[in-house]
Amino acid sequence: MNMNYTADELAFRNEVRSFLEEKLPADIAAKVKSGRRLNRDDHERWQQILSKQGWYATHWPKEYGGVEWSAVQKHIWDEESNRYGAPRVIPFGVSMVAPVIIKFGTEEQRQYYLPRILSGEDWWCQGYSEPGAGSDLASVKTRAVRDGDHYIVNGQKTWTTLGQHANKIFCLVRTNTEVKAQEGISFLLMDMDAPGVTVRPIITLDGEHEVNEVFFDDVKVPVENLVGEEDKGWTYAKYLLTYERTGLAGIGNSKAALEHLKGIASRQRKNGRPLLEDPTFAARVAQIEIDLQAASMSNLRIIASVEGGGVPGAESSMLKVRGTEIRQAISDLARRALGPYAQPFPEEELQDNYDGDYLADPHGAAVSPQYFNLRKLSIFGGSNEIQKNIVSKMILGL
Amino acid sequence: MDFTLNEDQQMLQDTMARLVRGEYDFQKRLEVEEAELGFSEAFWNQLGELGLCAVPFPEEMGGFNGSGVDVQSVMTEMGRGLCLEPYRQTVILGGGLIAQAGSDSQKDDWLGRIATGELRVAVGLQEPQSHYNLDDVETRAEASGDGYVINGRKGVLIGGHAAHLIIISARTSGDSRDRAGLSLFAIDPEAAGIERRVYRTMDGAKGCDLFLNDVQVGADALIGTEGAAGEAIQYQSGRAIAALCAEAIGAMEESVNLTLEYLKTRKQFGVPIGRFQVLQHRMVDMNSELEQARSMAILAANVADDEASAERDRTLSAAKNVIGRSGQFIAEQAIQLHGGIGMTWEYSLSHYAKRLIMINHQLGDDDFHLERYVSLLEAG
Repeated sequence: MNMNYTADELAFRNEVRSFLEEKLPADIAAKVKSGRRLNRDDHERWQQILSKQGWYATHWPKEYGGVEWSAVQKHIWDEESNRYGAPRVIPFGVSMVAPVIIKFGTEEQRQYYLPRILSGEDWWCQGYSEPGAGSDLASVKTRAVRDGDHYIVNGQKTWTTLGQHANKIFCLVRTNTEVKAQEGISFLLMDMDAPGVTVRPIITLDGEHEVNEVFFDDVKVPVENLVGEEDKGWTYAKYLLTYERTGLAGIGNSKAALEHLKGIASRQRKNGRPLLEDPTFAARVAQIEIDLQAASMSNLRIIASVEGGGVPGAESSMLKVRGTEIRQAISDLARRALGPYAQPFPEEELQDNYDGDYLADPHGAAVSPQYFNLRKLSIFGGSNEIQKNIVSKMILGL
Repeated sequence: MDFTLNEDQQMLQDTMARLVRGEYDFQKRLEVEEAELGFSEAFWNQLGELGLCAVPFPEEMGGFNGSGVDVQSVMTEMGRGLCLEPYRQTVILGGGLIAQAGSDSQKDDWLGRIATGELRVAVGLQEPQSHYNLDDVETRAEASGDGYVINGRKGVLIGGHAAHLIIISARTSGDSRDRAGLSLFAIDPEAAGIERRVYRTMDGAKGCDLFLNDVQVGADALIGTEGAAGEAIQYQSGRAIAALCAEAIGAMEESVNLTLEYLKTRKQFGVPIGRFQVLQHRMVDMNSELEQARSMAILAANVADDEASAERDRTLSAAKNVIGRSGQFIAEQAIQLHGGIGMTWEYSLSHYAKRLIMINHQLGDDDFHLERYVSLLEAG
């Protein structure tokens, strides 16, 4: 047993740190660290920087412009990029549709779509969930009917994250209603600006516009936009979901969030001293820190097994559950740290050019909205109840 | 022992429930929240006209001589309607402080107008450093001429942006966190030296922080005996805690009802999701939390007007601790069981969840009241 990084891995970590110190824009890092929302330009700037460095497509084969980082290298990146306040890479193109196109698409599709993802020309969003298909994803009803060289698509997708910025959407559509639910699904690539596509914002409880409904009304999609075989989309969808799940544990993000919480708690006061020194609050913070340490070790053990040739399977479901619980608990504590000041929402403090006094804390304004926003963590990417079903079935054989 | 409401109490509850149902449906609530004032002046006036603002006051002050149980009926329905009007601040806390500590002329001046809804009051007992400790007061009032000069900052005055009268605590003697040396002052929000930083709150209300810079007040601004306000502050915040508990029950009941209905109607995998045992058990837990909370809200209502004692305060802390925890459990699980739809602005559930979480940030969260419960045990 050896729990240390190799010399090569340590060198890689130094390279990552130098890169982040030099290239991560300070304004973007400041936004990330204070929990403020990033705009489209922030995401695009960071995407361009990563792309230029060649570190955007970390898991693609080199022949398509990827870097083929090892699991340990990806872990180092996760820890360091979060620590420095780098934005989360929007995963829908580079980490979700791309692996499906690489594995199941035609060479023509690879040559067309992958460079456009690398360059940032295409912004993808995910057309999986529907009003009637959430946890039961295989019950998608959006219909694609073959008509000569086209499919005619009708239906509705929902919870489409950042769909308002996207020019492409990958969709699960029903091409066959005669067979079992899972057997009549196809995987289609579509243009968001095609006639018949309508995007309607969904405002969430924190007042933000992050997700959308997408409606399809007789949208014509060329048949060459089908990935793999017709009616075999469920296989590709599941392949993508394992990619989605890895990384949802968000260990690096939780470590950064814990430091952020400690910062707030060291500035807030209770009974004349920093809240972080209050026995009750300190114990709550310590408990989360300990749980995070355990989850981090579990994460490393899974990474090591992948490095040794194993495949992360249902273990990533377990990590998703624990990881999201921990991240939510940190956001709960940050809210508690503000005491009565968790109530005000001084929105002006979240503006880029705000130079006034802070009502409670330099990072106070984003705390309560973030607590509410992060309720999504235990819902999306397969709800935590669904993840437990997977663990129960695949690991425990129940 | 009888846990049913008597005829008068039942009538009061029916009146309030009918009023909220009729005047404050969810669409209306969204409009009220978005309006500049942050609450409905029309609804506030109705509360006054129907005598609901008079509920807890003695008859000789134009009141109904109502008990904590009567207040509970009003507040539970306000919680059910997610009502944004400053009833707790004005009638319970503000009116309560004046009724307990005020001089005869102050009572004559203010209580009658509070009872009719004419006078809206905001109360500032917290400060940026105080967390939830109401003895942690650094705002100072120095004697000056025949009045006082006040300097300091009071935090998170819900309704403070639209109050006609603001009551604050300030230190006239003693050190930070001494209970002795606290005094109450009535402040004109428009007085020279006062600045208000107004904001909206996470749960749709509006409030402000109050910055006092050499604010001059007369001797008649002092409410009660100089330096002896600590007891009234503790006692009346206890009544406000009971009111908050009652309000939380209304919001919890609606959250539980909406979730139960959703489990029965939302279908996945070909069946209503309420058929899945893991969700059944979660729903059972939510219901049990509600029952526990309801019990403690009833207890709180029944001791709220008891004579001041460590036992009364301990009971109120116990109630607020339970409400804080059960409110968070119900808010979080109601969202979880709904999935994405539970997180949307246009569905009432998310607003109940936000109110329940924010109730835990008013007058002390579950951690604060657990500590207070222990310290009161030691004191008793």
